[in-house]
Amino acid sequence: MSETVWSPSARELERRRLRKRDRARGALVAGVATLAVLAVLVWTVTSSPGWPRVRETFFSWPDAKASFPEIAKGFWINVKLFLVAEPLILLVGVGVAVVRQTVSPWLTPVRAAAVIYTDLLRGVPTLLVVVLLALGVPALQLTGVTTSLFWLTLAALVLSYGAYVAEVVRAGIETVHPSQVASAKALALSRGQTMRFVVLPQALRRVVPPLLNDFVSLQKDTALVSAVGVFEALFAAQDYGNYHFNYTPLLVAAAFFVALTVPLARLTDWLGRRTARRERG
Amino acid sequence: MSTLTGSARTPVLSVRGLRKTYGDRVVLDGLDLDVHQHDVVCLIGSSGSGKSTLLRCLDLLEEIDDGVIELDGREVSDPRVDPRDARREIGMVFQSYNLFPHLSVLRNCTLAPTRVHGTDPPAAEARARELLARFGLSEKAGAHPDQLSGGQQQRAALVRALCTEPRVLLLDEITAALDPELVGEVLEMVRAEAEAGRTMVLATHEMAFARQVATRVCFLDQGRILEQGAPAEVLTSPREERTRQFLRRVLPG
Repeated sequence: MSETVWSPSARELERRRLRKRDRARGALVAGVATLAVLAVLVWTVTSSPGWPRVRETFFSWPDAKASFPEIAKGFWINVKLFLVAEPLILLVGVGVAVVRQTVSPWLTPVRAAAVIYTDLLRGVPTLLVVVLLALGVPALQLTGVTTSLFWLTLAALVLSYGAYVAEVVRAGIETVHPSQVASAKALALSRGQTMRFVVLPQALRRVVPPLLNDFVSLQKDTALVSAVGVFEALFAAQDYGNYHFNYTPLLVAAAFFVALTVPLARLTDWLGRRTARRERG
Repeated sequence: MSTLTGSARTPVLSVRGLRKTYGDRVVLDGLDLDVHQHDVVCLIGSSGSGKSTLLRCLDLLEEIDDGVIELDGREVSDPRVDPRDARREIGMVFQSYNLFPHLSVLRNCTLAPTRVHGTDPPAAEARARELLARFGLSEKAGAHPDQLSGGQQQRAALVRALCTEPRVLLLDEITAALDPELVGEVLEMVRAEAEAGRTMVLATHEMAFARQVATRVCFLDQGRILEQGAPAEVLTSPREERTRQFLRRVLPG
């Protein structure tokens, strides 16, 4: 208080210099280590005996260019699947998770259905669900039910991922401390209100990182619909490959998926860090 | 204790010109403090006066902004010093116990001795059981922290800190989170350690306790030690007006 302006002591300045030097050294180590690993990887691949053949069939620039427009068009279907499926999955997941938390005896059948749904759909491979729905539902010849492969495979993805997301959300709900429920009850909130205004908001905030992880996974799994002949990116790439005996389009398709998932993965990391910072105050 | 060698005269902990800021807020502003062997230093002061921050700085849990911290005459605030070397010699107990909930009380107590100090597990376990017994926690050795009362948890946390035979024990308001009826059992333990000659620095709101166990009371105000001395002096006839104001607020009557 009597001291008007503080200026760092010589020792502190020395300490700051040391800390800065340590940071610089760390950055240098990181750079060198990364380069070394990359160099070894590239060398291992390019010096392998089969490399010339591989370069021809997987890294052909003309084939990449030729297949690009079809794959891009196909990829748009992947993006559409993903964008439509994501909100629906969230709805299914949260809905099922909340249903599993209810206690009313009237809702017992609904609860049972929710349990059977998550158990079954987490157990069955997503690829199988896609095939079963895409081939099985049209065979039923129901009136008013779509036979569009896009919507049927979309439904399969939603059902399969909804089960995963439901479990993630349920885990989040269970991490909310009982004292939170107690204080909501003390304010005379109903169970439904407690869930909606107190428990779910806290739970969802906590499960954002694992949810985004599931969504990154979903982006890739939109390629599973190629199994039933939906003309998306992977199918377009295989189609080109089968005609021209060249697999470069597969790498082009892979690049498309990576270009979409990497930004979302970084967003996941960033959100996780932000939540951690906020919770630590 | 009677062998006063040269090193015994060097303070166990010595702090000079310690400065710590959080953003624009200056919490410690050029603070000086010496802690000698067998000292029991009580830090008092209103909340926000920097007691906890000082203890955290002493255990190198916070990066300081200026000044020097020496442990047994060796500067430990130097970035080239591995902070674990210093923390190995220091025990710390927190206000909110901070026991590891996934380990039993016994495992909480043997973790550092076996993993950090290289004590072999049977010896570490025997030592932990002995200390737990001394402080009435024998039956709780196998229990997990959440099965214990607050007072028992804090006593277990104290035992955990003592298991590494620290040169100095830092206690950060260790009774502040406890029910009044549980405060006594924890303070009893601290008193026993003080009487056994354990070097301690403790932040506390328990003025009566400070009066009984402290060899020195330090009143922190605006990031410095405004006044220090024997408990009878500082707590009964303080020199500074700000100390008097503080004591009027916290002492009944």
